[in-house]
Amino acid sequence: MFSLFRKGKKPAEPAPASHTAAAPAAAAGTDPTTTAPGARVVKINVTVNGKPASAEIDARTLLVQFLRENLRLTGTHVGCDTSQCGACVVHLDGRAVKSCTTLAASCDGATVVTIEGLAQAGKLHPMQEAFREHHGLQCGFCTPGMIMAAVDIVARRGGRLSEEVVRADLEGNICRCTGYHNIVAAVLAGAAAMSGSGAAKPQAAE
Amino acid sequence: MYAFDYHRPSSVAEAARLLASSQEGKLLAGGHTLLPTMKLRLAGPKNLIDLGRISELRGIERKGGDLIIGAMETHDAVARSPVVQGAIRGLAELATHIGDQHVRHRGTIGGSLANNDPAADYPAAVLALNATVVTNKRQIKADDFFKGLFATALGADEIVTRIAFPIASKFAYAKFANPASRYALVGVAVAQPPSGVRVAVTGASASGVYRASDMEAALAKGWSAQSLDGLAGDAAKMMSDIHADAQYRAHLVGVMARRAVTASGP
Amino acid sequence: MTATGIGAPVKRKEDQRFITGKGQYTDDINRPGQAYAVFVRSPHAHASLKNIDLSAALKSPGCLGAFTGADLAADKVGTLICGWMIHSKDGSPMKAGAHPALAQGKVRYVGDHVAVVIGETLNAAKDAAEKVSVDYEPLAAVTDLASAQNAGQPQIHAEAAENTVYQWHLGDKAAVAAAFAGAKHVTKIDLINNRLIPNAIEPRAAIGEYDAGNDSLTLYTTSQNPHVTRLVLAAFIGLAPEHKLRVIAPDVGGGFGSKIFIYAEETVCLWAARKIGRPVKWTGDRSEAFLADAHGRDHATHAELAVDANGKILALRASTKANLGGYLSTFASSVPTYLYAPLLSGQYDIPAIYCEVDGVHTNTAPVDAYRGAGRPEATFVVERLVEVAARQIGMDPAEFRRQNFIKSFPHQTPVIMMYDAGDYEACLNKALELADYEGLGARKAESAKKGLKRGLGFSAYIEACGIAPSQAVGSLGAGVGLWESAEVRVNPTGSVEVLTGSHSHGQGHETTFAQLVSQRLGIPIEQITIVHGDTDKVQFGMGTYGSRSGAVGMSAIFRAIDKVIVKAKKVAGFVLEVPEDSVDFNDGIFSSKATNKTLTFPEVALQAYIAHKFTGAQLEPGLKEGAFFDPTNFTFPSGVHICELEIDPATGATRIDRWTAVDDFGTLVNPMIVEGQVHGGIVQGVGQALLEGAVYNKDGQLVTASFMDYTMPRASDVPSFKVAMTSTPCPSNPLGIKGCGEAGAIAAPAAVINAITDALGHEGVAMPATPQAVWRAANTSMQKLAAE
Repeated sequence: MFSLFRKGKKPAEPAPASHTAAAPAAAAGTDPTTTAPGARVVKINVTVNGKPASAEIDARTLLVQFLRENLRLTGTHVGCDTSQCGACVVHLDGRAVKSCTTLAASCDGATVVTIEGLAQAGKLHPMQEAFREHHGLQCGFCTPGMIMAAVDIVARRGGRLSEEVVRADLEGNICRCTGYHNIVAAVLAGAAAMSGSGAAKPQAAE
Repeated sequence: MYAFDYHRPSSVAEAARLLASSQEGKLLAGGHTLLPTMKLRLAGPKNLIDLGRISELRGIERKGGDLIIGAMETHDAVARSPVVQGAIRGLAELATHIGDQHVRHRGTIGGSLANNDPAADYPAAVLALNATVVTNKRQIKADDFFKGLFATALGADEIVTRIAFPIASKFAYAKFANPASRYALVGVAVAQPPSGVRVAVTGASASGVYRASDMEAALAKGWSAQSLDGLAGDAAKMMSDIHADAQYRAHLVGVMARRAVTASGP
Repeated sequence: MTATGIGAPVKRKEDQRFITGKGQYTDDINRPGQAYAVFVRSPHAHASLKNIDLSAALKSPGCLGAFTGADLAADKVGTLICGWMIHSKDGSPMKAGAHPALAQGKVRYVGDHVAVVIGETLNAAKDAAEKVSVDYEPLAAVTDLASAQNAGQPQIHAEAAENTVYQWHLGDKAAVAAAFAGAKHVTKIDLINNRLIPNAIEPRAAIGEYDAGNDSLTLYTTSQNPHVTRLVLAAFIGLAPEHKLRVIAPDVGGGFGSKIFIYAEETVCLWAARKIGRPVKWTGDRSEAFLADAHGRDHATHAELAVDANGKILALRASTKANLGGYLSTFASSVPTYLYAPLLSGQYDIPAIYCEVDGVHTNTAPVDAYRGAGRPEATFVVERLVEVAARQIGMDPAEFRRQNFIKSFPHQTPVIMMYDAGDYEACLNKALELADYEGLGARKAESAKKGLKRGLGFSAYIEACGIAPSQAVGSLGAGVGLWESAEVRVNPTGSVEVLTGSHSHGQGHETTFAQLVSQRLGIPIEQITIVHGDTDKVQFGMGTYGSRSGAVGMSAIFRAIDKVIVKAKKVAGFVLEVPEDSVDFNDGIFSSKATNKTLTFPEVALQAYIAHKFTGAQLEPGLKEGAFFDPTNFTFPSGVHICELEIDPATGATRIDRWTAVDDFGTLVNPMIVEGQVHGGIVQGVGQALLEGAVYNKDGQLVTASFMDYTMPRASDVPSFKVAMTSTPCPSNPLGIKGCGEAGAIAAPAAVINAITDALGHEGVAMPATPQAVWRAANTSMQKLAAE
């Protein structure tokens, strides 16, 4: 396996460390039988789009894999492997997160909303309506993440947004088709529609 | 990803015990560095210890002359906290420029500090504010905590629990972002904590976050952007990559320092 | 114009599934018993393959198979092809080495395909792939375009001496030399057209499936042109006869050219599916996309412009080296030749033009068509030359352009093209007004007060879309015809299915094509379905690229509708009991002067199928017609883009303040969608100018191998745009459409760089004009000014 990061040390290169910056030498010589219980297979219970879901999953399953493969909710997409493109954005306990960078096991007990859960009783969410009305999508691949990010913006900031704020807050979502012009227009309109319907109070977007 | 055993302790003590006893164990905080690295199979811990459910690692409070932030508080929580905004407004502002909004919803201050990415934002604030990193074992002064690229003073089974920031009369951070990754190409934090003027630079040096003593001396004489005229980074010590060579980084250190001072208010 | 007809900003029909997460992209599809493929890729830019040991991989848990180039060769699987023959100046054919799907003997770029491992699960396949042991003998690599042809450089393909695939030229060299000799003023520039990585947000993916009962294969793939994929896989690579191979390109998440080509991965998945008797799926990750999707651009050009004493352009010449990468990709050879040099006349009346192009191998990923494909490169040459020339002779850049515009049509350029229609001054005038050109001086002064440098840049581009006619492109070396097909199936209830050879991956064909049908047949748009992307449904088609789907694809539908109407009138004649030639059809109603009875389109459709009013001897039952449309010429969209920006000289940060685009796309089918195409194109062009650039180090490692280092344009990098249109309909297709998909990407780079150089006061900045590059350039100009 070759390294994807061949050219020396770059500042932005993912580093093989989390809290334990030093090598985990403490484990050396430890009898693994004394290790506290951990598991390769983890049982999780989550609420996805209002419905309970339980599964026994490989511990390394990412939230996006759980959604796409276990639940067959394929509206959430994967567009990169460095947590930047935002095609995988879903709401985890009411906040937009990158489901490609979240372990499903960490989500035990949590509430997840995906693009499939945004429309209620067959009625599109105002942000979905706005994306269609303002031609805020072309190929559609970044769209679910973009819409989930947009709803999150309104949840955090309310419905009165400036173009500048929308552009800044979409930093974590990359679109290659639209040039963002119509996405920004759609988010502004969707935000206004959400606040008009009283749905744009912070954290109450869903 | 390589296979691993997943652990989710509910206390720091349990997490520490797991870390000490498990083979090739790693702590999972926000996961926004570790999980991408594991996905690319550049890291393969045998045991992963998820700190996400440890309530004692949460909390933001003002205590005496300090602002105390729990290690598992997210960047978004810091950015939006009225306590942080009231105590050290510039720190809340800094947190709004880490990663993107989705990253800020997961990434944590403790994870960022333990990782000590040379282009991360928080290390500059911790160093400039003369903060103390509190672990399950001890308290580590900022000047002793950062040990170069991706290296810290943390021991193998040591867990960051909270960070204590002395409340400064002035603090601001100015960042020039890497256009691709949006990490700091150069970030400069300027502060007047009770211990005296401090300036910390991230993103620039080949040995990680550092204090700019020449700038500190200049600002101690007079807190104004003009005081820093003619000062910049030392190109011989700067990183060089396709986005910025050493000369450009050294120049930006001066520009960002002056902008940070201006942003800190009169 | 009806509410859903040509010219109406109809909301897109396809959006419902995309905004609700119900799109069906290749990776969303899973087939029963599916296994997973992982490719072992070369870590070396250039190496001999001494040995590949698969034994440990084959023993790895869950490994179902592991294969190398030798296995493909043993099965007589053909190599990947380059489908456009270019001849050098001396008449010799291009020197094309073999391009095996899995490397044989040598690897030629980092990411080259060495082996494939198939696993029960993706993790099992990855585990096994790590156990493939490859004995490489590293060879010296060459990644530098400028020196790749020098003597003594590593030889990448034995067939291509000095790494030179061809030395091609176009135009009258002697006439150009004579014009330069008599010129009052000569402008000379050296330009790098930076290498780009397409990065459609959906990574490429493929599922190969074998049906042993029917001995047939199915490929699900992220393709812009499934029929061409089938043709190549069947006729050249030889995986199955065409009638035993079905290719399905479902929803595709952006292409920009990168999904035109027939790559190793889909070839191997399809072959391996038969080999192991199970469906085989591969989904590329972004890191693989960076390494092994075909890249775009990568030219180095010296160009000169000859101008007389009155500011009239006399001649242009350009000498270009084009980096083709380690292998020739599917259409790689055509991009820097016939898609480039014929556009070097721009919008200008230039009596003499000469261009020579060397196609060069390096140890880098293959380079092929990327949004604009040759035309952005040409526009950058022309519009930088014109801008610099105007500055050097002291003329206003807008006026210099205006003076040299082609003003009458048709216009034969000295480089193949016959421009058919346009009004370049109309675009310029509108753009100047919308951009408030008059107010520029005041805005510059305002910026200067803030310590910022403001600049404005023009780009008056022309492009050639809908590459055609087939006979003409055949004479230039194309391996295929470039017509398009359509079939219009009218159901007995009057609803319509249109089968098209075009493919939509963001362009909105399900809406725009339906608008055409709605208008011409007078039926509601909801009654129309557009079918594409499946070779079992659509007979044949050439796919979507080169902004051709409107001009060529819709024209085929137009012609098929003509035939439907002719037949329907016959049916109506029988039903109304009037002579066929007295039947009129307007707005969905059949009528005749010979009767006061009328029929609706659905009524006639039903009569066509129940066939009660005519005998089989009089008329065939049914209502279904097809057409193949081959245009008589390229189309020539044009326009003027104006970029205005501010530079912070302290940091080199560039902020685009305003953007004005005035384009002439002829007839607009759906202005909302057209504007969306312009926006997206502009940002890809801005990306090239300011942000994006693939960097290989001298060892051939891709330094910009992820979004951490390759700068993708984000929302905060650009403003909203001012987009307007003029229209001179295209005479070479029945709808007057010119094509709009690439215009922004073609126009934008020159506009940005012209604006930056205007702000800086000198020409010394190249693409991408990153903050570092602009800071350095800004510093240079300050020093220079100080010295003066």
